Amino acid sequence: MDGETPAIECRGIHRSFEHHVLFTDLNLSLPARQVTALVGASGCGKSSLLNLMNGLLLPDQGDIRVLGEPLDYERLPAMRRNMGYAVQQIGLMPHMTVERNITLLATLAGWSASACQTRLSTLLSLMALDPALTSRYPHQISGGQAQRVGLCRAMMLNPPILLLDEAFSAVDPITRVDVHARFQDLQREEPRTVVMVTHDMREAMKLADYLVVMGPGQILQTGAPGDIAAAPINEQVRQLMEVAQ
Amino acid sequence: MMRWILLLAGLVLGGQALAADITVGSKADREGHMLGELFAQTLEHAGFTVDRRFGLGQTIVSWQALKGGEIDVYPEYTGTMAQALFDMPGADIETLRREAERRGVRILKPLGFNNTYALTMKASEARAMGLETISDLATAPSLKLGLSHEFIEREDGWKGLSRAYNLPQVPVGIEHGIAYQAIVDNRIDMTDAYSTDGDLDRLDLMLLKDDRHYFPEYLAVPFVRATLPDKAVDALDQLAGSITDQRMQAMNAAVSADGAGFGQVAHDFLVKQGILEAGSEVAVSTPWSRLGHDLVRHLELTLSALLLAALVGLPLSLAVYRLPKLSRTVLYVAGLLQTIPSIALLALMIPLFGIGVFPAIVALFLYSLLPIVRAAITALLTVDPLLTRVARGMGLTRREQLRHVILPLAAPNLLTGLKTAAVINIGTATLAAFIGAGGLGDPIVTGLSLNNYELVLYGAIPAAMLAIVTELIFEMLERWLIPAHMRGQVATPDNRA
Repeated sequence: MDGETPAIECRGIHRSFEHHVLFTDLNLSLPARQVTALVGASGCGKSSLLNLMNGLLLPDQGDIRVLGEPLDYERLPAMRRNMGYAVQQIGLMPHMTVERNITLLATLAGWSASACQTRLSTLLSLMALDPALTSRYPHQISGGQAQRVGLCRAMMLNPPILLLDEAFSAVDPITRVDVHARFQDLQREEPRTVVMVTHDMREAMKLADYLVVMGPGQILQTGAPGDIAAAPINEQVRQLMEVAQ
Repeated sequence: MMRWILLLAGLVLGGQALAADITVGSKADREGHMLGELFAQTLEHAGFTVDRRFGLGQTIVSWQALKGGEIDVYPEYTGTMAQALFDMPGADIETLRREAERRGVRILKPLGFNNTYALTMKASEARAMGLETISDLATAPSLKLGLSHEFIEREDGWKGLSRAYNLPQVPVGIEHGIAYQAIVDNRIDMTDAYSTDGDLDRLDLMLLKDDRHYFPEYLAVPFVRATLPDKAVDALDQLAGSITDQRMQAMNAAVSADGAGFGQVAHDFLVKQGILEAGSEVAVSTPWSRLGHDLVRHLELTLSALLLAALVGLPLSLAVYRLPKLSRTVLYVAGLLQTIPSIALLALMIPLFGIGVFPAIVALFLYSLLPIVRAAITALLTVDPLLTRVARGMGLTRREQLRHVILPLAAPNLLTGLKTAAVINIGTATLAAFIGAGGLGDPIVTGLSLNNYELVLYGAIPAAMLAIVTELIFEMLERWLIPAHMRGQVATPDNRA
C-alpha cells in the first residue's frame, strides 16, 4: 500500500453476538481506489466485517474510519450515501420501476430530473442494460438484469466507495462473466474504492487488487493476490489460494 | 395532518352547534317515544325550540343524560324510579319527589295513566274459563304461561307474583316481541304485558285484574331538570291527568297498527285536549325526508371515528414495529376493547362523555382500533427484512425508509385493515342511536319500538348500501395506490417472473 490515507480503517474492533465472539482486536486498512476482496471460509465473518464498515453492524469496541473520518453513528444515512451497497439477494424494491429503483437516492438527495437522466443513461450503458427496461418492475426482468440494476443503484450517486456483498453470485456463470467484464470496465472508467465479499476465490483473484484472507473471527493475511499466492502465511491460506488456481 | 384534525373537530362540534332551548329525550320504546313527542309539541306550542333525542336505549341512558344535562326532560315511570333509579322500592310519589329534588331533578305532575305490569290472555278464552282476576289463575293450573325472560327473573316479576297469589303454573321464557303472536297462534295462553300496550285491544287480548294490588304503580310523569324554566313546567303541567290508560292504549295502537306517525298522533291528541288549536300545522317528518340527514350523520360518525383510529392506530403500530416488546401489550389491550359488546361500550361512554355524537365517536374509535392496529402491525412485520436492510444500507433516513419502502410495501395490508374497520364501523354506528347520536340507527330504533319493519329497513338498507359502497371505494383506492402486481399478495424478496 502506498502512503495515501487508507479508504477504510478498522482499529481494535471487538464485537460479539449472543455470547458468540465475532471479532477480537481486529485491525485492517484498505487502499483507496482499488478493489479489495474479503475471502475466507463461510461463517468466518466476511459479511459482518462489511456491515461494520457501513454501520449496519455496530462494534462493541474499537474505531472505524471511512476516508479518514471516524464513522459517525449519529449521521449514518449521510455517511452511507458515500458507500454504495449491493447484496447477493439484490433487494430491488418490488413496488418501484427499474428507473425509480436506480434513481431514488438521487431524487432524495435533490438531484434535478435531467441530472438523474444523464447519470441513469451512463450507468445503463456501462452495464449494457436496455433503456427500455427502465419502465419495468423488478419481477419483469431477468436475474442477471436485476443484478446489474442493483449495481447501477449502488453507483447512482457516484459514491467514492462501493460495498459489494456477494453481489455477483446470484447469476448464472455466463451472465457472471459478462457482469465481471462490465464491472472491470466501470472500474477503469470511474476508479473507486471497492470492498467485495466473495466466497468465489477465482472471482477474487480476477477482480481484486488487494486481498484480505480471513479465518474465523480474524484476519490471516493481507496483500496483493499474487504476493499471497506466492507466499501463503500458513496451510489454511495456502489451501484457499490453491482453489483459485 | 393539521387540516384533518381541524376537519374532524369541525365534524364533532358541528353536530352540537345548533343548540335548542329545550332538549326532549325518550327511551327506545314506543310509549316513551309517543310521550316524548307530546312533550315536544306542547313545549313548541309554548314558544320553545325543541331538540328531539328519542330512542335513548334503556332507562340508564336516559337517566344519565338527564343528570348530565344532555337532555332537559324525558318521560319516566314512578315505579322505575323507585326500583331502578333511587333504590327505594315501594316509595310513594311524594317520597320520590323529595329524593329527586335532592338529586337536582324534578318530577312533574303524573300524566294520568298507570303503565304497570300485567298478565294478558285472549279475551274469548278468559270468558270461556271464567277468568277475570289474577287470583282466578289458581283455579287454572294447566294454563301455558310464556313470560318474557326479564319478567321471570325479576324479584317484583313472576317470582313475587306467584308467591303473593300462590300460583301453581310453571312459566316458560319467550321473547316479548313474539309473545302476542304466540297467544294468537294458541302456542301459549298467557304472557306478561304493559297495561297500556297498544296491541292489546287490536288483538282482542284482555288484562287480568291485579286484585291484590301486587304490582307497584308505574305512573307516567315528565322527569325534568330542576333548572327547567317555569314557563316550560307550566306547559308540561297542562298534560297532567289528561292521559288515561285507554287514551294511552289508543295512541300506542294508532302509531303501531294504523301506521300514523308519532307527530300526527300527538298533534291530534293535543288538539282534542284543547292544548293546540285545531288546524295548526304539524311538522311531519317521513323516513324519506330524514334519510339524507340520517345518512350524513352516519357518515359523520363513521368517518370521524375511522380517521381518529387511523391517526392513533398507525403511529401506535409504527411504535410497536420499532419496539416489538410493546406489541403484545398493544394487541392485548386493543383485543380487549374489541371483546366489549358494542352496546355495552356505548353505554360505558355515557358517564364519561354524556350522550350524543361525541361519545358515539369515541366508542366507535375504540372499536376500530383493533382491526387497524392488527392489520398495520401484520403489514409492517411482513415487510421483507432484506428490503429494509438494503434501504438502510443505501443511506435512506428513517423517514425516507418509512415513506418510500415500508409504507408502500405495507399498503395492501394497511388498506385491508382500514376497510375492515370502516365496514365494522358502519354496522356498529347504527347502535349509536341508542345514546342519542342519531344516524341510520334512528329509523331502526324507532322501527323496532313500533314493530314496524318497514321503518327498520329505512335504516338497515342504506347502512348495508353504505357498507358496499365503502368496499368499492377501498377497492378503487387500492387500484389507484398499489401497482397491479402488488395487489392481494405479500411482497417477496425477489419475486421475478
